[in-house]
Amino acid sequence: MSQEAVAPRHVRADLARIASWIAPRSRVLDLGCGDGTLLAYLQANKQVIGAGVELSDELVIASVRRGVNVIQQNLEDGLALFDDKQFDTVVLSKTLQSMHNTEHILREMARVARYGVVSFPNFGYWPHGWSILRGRMPVSDEMPYQWFDTPNIHLCTLRDFEDLAAAQQLRITHLATFNRNKEVKLLQGWRSTLAVYRFESP
Amino acid sequence: MAEITAAQLSSIAVPVAPAQASGDVPPGSVGIVSPQFISFDQPLALASGQVLPSYELAVETYGTLNEARSNAVLVCHALNASHHVAGIAQSNPKDIGWWDNMVGPGKALDTDRFFVIGVNNLGSCFGSTGPASINPGTGKPWGAAFPVLTVEDWVHAQARLADHFGIEKFAAVMGGSLGGMQALSWAITCPERVGHCIVVASTPRLSAQNIGFNEVARRSIISDPDFHGGDYYAQDVVPGQGLSVARMIGHITYLSDEDMAAKFGRAQRAPAANGEFHYGYDVEFEVESYLRYQGEKFSRYFDANSYLLITRALDYFDPSRNCGGDLAKALQPALASFLLVSFTTDWRFPPERSREIVRALLKNKRPVTYAEINAPHGHDAFLLDDARYHSVVQGYYDRIAAGLGLPERRRVTGVLA
Repeated sequence: MSQEAVAPRHVRADLARIASWIAPRSRVLDLGCGDGTLLAYLQANKQVIGAGVELSDELVIASVRRGVNVIQQNLEDGLALFDDKQFDTVVLSKTLQSMHNTEHILREMARVARYGVVSFPNFGYWPHGWSILRGRMPVSDEMPYQWFDTPNIHLCTLRDFEDLAAAQQLRITHLATFNRNKEVKLLQGWRSTLAVYRFESP
Repeated sequence: MAEITAAQLSSIAVPVAPAQASGDVPPGSVGIVSPQFISFDQPLALASGQVLPSYELAVETYGTLNEARSNAVLVCHALNASHHVAGIAQSNPKDIGWWDNMVGPGKALDTDRFFVIGVNNLGSCFGSTGPASINPGTGKPWGAAFPVLTVEDWVHAQARLADHFGIEKFAAVMGGSLGGMQALSWAITCPERVGHCIVVASTPRLSAQNIGFNEVARRSIISDPDFHGGDYYAQDVVPGQGLSVARMIGHITYLSDEDMAAKFGRAQRAPAANGEFHYGYDVEFEVESYLRYQGEKFSRYFDANSYLLITRALDYFDPSRNCGGDLAKALQPALASFLLVSFTTDWRFPPERSREIVRALLKNKRPVTYAEINAPHGHDAFLLDDARYHSVVQGYYDRIAAGLGLPERRRVTGVLA
């Protein structure tokens, strides 16, 4: 097993941005940690104390192989294993849109950590509007599914998310948006396919 | 008595012609193994207040202890297993170690890189000192006079074994079920001697239901007329009926409802003409035949007093007892990193019990990995071939090896080959 496979030197632009918001040696919980890429990267480059949550057997095994402490559970069951403010930062990357109980998971994130990071596909991306005008559900790089097989049941736009965050007293401290692994700085709500927010818990 | 002596004798090495033996060693096996018996003359103070004046432990080892003595792994066994963890017993080529699918060259616990110790618990009946051993004070078998032991007593006895091998700190202490309790107890009792603690299909304490099953098993043994208050050795009998029923009860708790349905369903053993019932109380269904067979087989090789002692040790285990029921507080001394594995259909020690441990460890900021394997085989799943389970354990050991600077894995054998 090469060292690169364990702790990648480079990660996707959105993950790199998330990493830039995380303080060295802090405690990080990655919800839906996948194959452990982000946590392995953070452990190697920021010496964080990390824990991941993942449901899929294959991804749990991949995380273990990377040396990531992973806990196998369904996020829909909540975060009862974790105490209040057990972490400095909790990350929910590209998962919010596929969860049944969106409000609950955000409240739980605010409970277990001081800062939260959430990323999700931006439904407000302008070609999506074209698609709908043409009478078709949007299909894009970030949302490569047909309407009948998509796991994305709670899609939203940047403003939609900001409203929900405000309703839960989550104070948004940072926003970064991306389109095909490149950061978008202008007209973010229209031009980006992926939004990444960092918030401070109440 | 004859049967117990036979069980003990079976763990004593009997020479086998090497040519005949080596031909049958499958890849990934540690090969032909035989136990060693290590004597400890320093008295062992027990939780009960009693003192065991001296004792012997039956041990098997696999792999090579490295110069730094940093690659040792202690494997703790469950109720009815022994020090014979892996490989082919020299005394009986059909006797394959109970965790042979887990331990061996290229297996999840890779003996190419790790030095593995299997030890028979004190009070058991496979060569370590137990109720069937001779009490040096009387020259007769201990029987009912053998002290009741706890999981902590086992850990203290095993710590001297680590001293014997010159091992200051285990790379890992690992066990399933009752063995998992021992691993957990090791992490609390000897925190500085455990690098990683691997707890499979276990629990931080028995539930009322668990204790209930144990009590039925014990009453079955104790009420057997051949039990003679535990001193049956002198009468040259064994409470085989009682022990057999105890095993039948235990066996049901190791399997899931789903598993039993798949294995036996309501299949009849030897139906009367036209598939009719016999309308009697002898074996009617396959499941009855299976349980009776398991019970009888078990009663031929296991000692009833050991069964009482070990089920009691299970009942007593509860590290949180001295901390007002606060498991996190009980685990506070632990310095190890942890891997916990549970199985979804295990109703003996269900996933919720493992999650309790995970939660306590997270509270203490201990590094913890937890896999919940969706497997149909109930509690017994921890002994069976399951690629997901074995991948998690293998991945975890590979990380331990990397952390210790041990060589890379040379081969993959067994379940994941």
